[in-house]
Amino acid sequence: MRAIPLKLIEDLRNLNVSRPLRFMEVCGTHTVNICRFGLRSIFPKNVELRSGPGCPVCVTPASAIKIGVDLALSFEKTIVLTYGDMMKVPGPTMTLADAKARGGRILSVYSVVEAIDLAEKERDFKIVFLGVGFETTAPSSAWAIKEAKRRNLKNFFLASFHKLIPPALEILASERTLDGFLCPGHVSTIIGLKPYEEISKRHKIPCVISGFEAEDIIIAMLKLIEMAEKKEYMAFNAYKRAVKEKGNIKAQELLKEVFEEEDTEWRGLGIIPKSGLKIKEEFSDFDAKIAFKIKDESVKDIPGCKCGEVLKGQIYPYECPLFGNSCTPEQPVGPCMISSEGSCAAYYRYGGLIEP
Amino acid sequence: MCLAVPHRIVRVDGNEAIAEIGSIKKKVRLDLLEDVRIGDYVLIHAGFAIEKLSVEEAEDILDAWKEIEEAQNEG
Amino acid sequence: MIKLDHGSGGEKTREIIERLFLPAFRNPILERLEDSGRMNGLALTIDGYTVKPIFFRGGDIGKLSITGTVNDLAVSGAKPKAIAVSIIVEDGFSEEKLERIISSMAKVSREVNAPIITGDFKVVNKGEVDEIFIITSGLGEIFYPQLGAEYVSAGDKILVSGPLGDHSLAVMGERYDVELPEGFESDCAPVLDLVEAITRIGGVKWMRDPTRGGLAATLNELAKATGKEIIIDEEAVPFRKEVLDFCEIFGFDPYHLASEGRFIAVVDREMVDEVLKIIKKHPGGELFKVIGEISQNEKSRVIVKTRFGGLRLLDPPRGELLPRIC
Repeated sequence: MRAIPLKLIEDLRNLNVSRPLRFMEVCGTHTVNICRFGLRSIFPKNVELRSGPGCPVCVTPASAIKIGVDLALSFEKTIVLTYGDMMKVPGPTMTLADAKARGGRILSVYSVVEAIDLAEKERDFKIVFLGVGFETTAPSSAWAIKEAKRRNLKNFFLASFHKLIPPALEILASERTLDGFLCPGHVSTIIGLKPYEEISKRHKIPCVISGFEAEDIIIAMLKLIEMAEKKEYMAFNAYKRAVKEKGNIKAQELLKEVFEEEDTEWRGLGIIPKSGLKIKEEFSDFDAKIAFKIKDESVKDIPGCKCGEVLKGQIYPYECPLFGNSCTPEQPVGPCMISSEGSCAAYYRYGGLIEP
Repeated sequence: MCLAVPHRIVRVDGNEAIAEIGSIKKKVRLDLLEDVRIGDYVLIHAGFAIEKLSVEEAEDILDAWKEIEEAQNEG
Repeated sequence: MIKLDHGSGGEKTREIIERLFLPAFRNPILERLEDSGRMNGLALTIDGYTVKPIFFRGGDIGKLSITGTVNDLAVSGAKPKAIAVSIIVEDGFSEEKLERIISSMAKVSREVNAPIITGDFKVVNKGEVDEIFIITSGLGEIFYPQLGAEYVSAGDKILVSGPLGDHSLAVMGERYDVELPEGFESDCAPVLDLVEAITRIGGVKWMRDPTRGGLAATLNELAKATGKEIIIDEEAVPFRKEVLDFCEIFGFDPYHLASEGRFIAVVDREMVDEVLKIIKKHPGGELFKVIGEISQNEKSRVIVKTRFGGLRLLDPPRGELLPRIC
């Protein structure tokens, strides 16, 4: 690992900031890395960095967990696959890990490719992939559908819970409580700069795209502070090595080919217009929601759980009365405490700002 | 959301490739990119290469900072 | 309901031990929750082995089952004297594989001079165990009794015997279908020789092998047992590059990965230089490193000083290790 120039840290720590600034890191990996590198302790005093809704597992509604549990427990010869992060998220009845312990066929995978391979191998089983994630992950689900069609895998199904970041930023920016967004690096790899430029202009809020190394985050923070101070309402790409101005066009086209936008529910944030990805009619044979006649019923959020406010950056995780009391990674009440990307989990595990 | 790590492509076979991070090798898919070649650095997310890393930019993260610093000094 | 997490060696395991097993079995020896129970100059330990795959780079389930047990004795300051073994295989298991496994067991047992003096063999219906499970118990004679959390005080140094996590990578590399470099192996090996060398002049106060749950679980246990704050220096903790790269790809925390041939020792601050001098000269001891110390703070927690001078908690593992997409 490269040593970070101490000067950079000093520059940030000693930066003169004329007014209190409140930013939001949108991406869960930023939240985790900021905690893991202990970066909050080197931010200037009146600069606040709130955590946003960019943990895909956290914003996936509880109904999605229920769907996975029902598929695994109530359907014969059905195997449910999903990403590891989803396994322990509390649902209305139980977690996917609970359903697995009760004999449900549920596997955690690293890539949707494993689901396609399994569908090829186990033709007698129905393979359902619970697709969660934003623009970074959704193209691989789109690929899987096209690949299943190409290989004529009639036993592969996708339950899409994929979501789009810009519509969520629109909602957050319109509340006018933030002075800037630290934008998710790898979502931006796919979508490019344009969506942020529009949000910056419309809501007068600077956006800086950041990578994930400590250096990246420090540089992006310096830039964000500068832009907020100078009132520069535009999108700046501080992660040029991985983000092209127009994004990954091939991935964008694949998304357009397979999915269409729909209004969808975000845990804690409610229904956000045109923020979900639904499988197009043309590929409906592979749509688990159609094949298994799944009704996507909204499930009430857990009483007392403030994940919604945490995801909107309205409160810090430790300001939730349940935090560390009835809600811990061992006994999570809300998703933000269990997902490895969740803000509450990151604060709980890494201690946020440690008082010596 | 963003666990995506730079790997170097060491073998290409259609849309499949072997990519290496340090000394570990792993199978990856190239379906989301055009024209990936041996030696390219790519970002891998959930088994897929999602972008080629531009080498000049990757060489020095700190270039971006230099630009910012210069701009601040002018300002 | 019992879940996989309860067996992962992390917080959940601790929680169920304290909630279920301790109240049922309570006695002053068990209460110490150490790697071996110690009484009358003897140490007794037992462990079940269910590793998948059963053959991995640098070892197999047989080598692991004897090594793990003799290491639990060694870090309790005891010299293994005898081992008991129970092997359970499923119907249809390959005899050739069984032979390879027991010959690895025999080899380690000879190496540490601890004969397998009693045993048990069972075959169950296919699917009732996954291939083979091995349970081993070891009896040891204590040669270094002055070990325990009660001896640990502020300023004491924390040493590790070599790079961490190699065993997890050797095992998980196969599960996650990655190709590891030529020659990369699990660190699975007896540590008795090094334990004897490091304790020769005294000053060692606490030892533990960071198996399931890794360094994070081990140090959090130490913090809990002593009620003290532990500070470690991120840059000093040794990991091989392969281990760090693997963690990058799949989003694992290297502090949670297991080693099967390493141990952590807490050494008196006054004696640490002398102890290091001795151990570094001992074959295999070159890799010893100081990674941190016990702080003045009476706050039961583990803190990592990051390479940016920031501070964060070292989180104990909280369940089964799962790859992350995000």
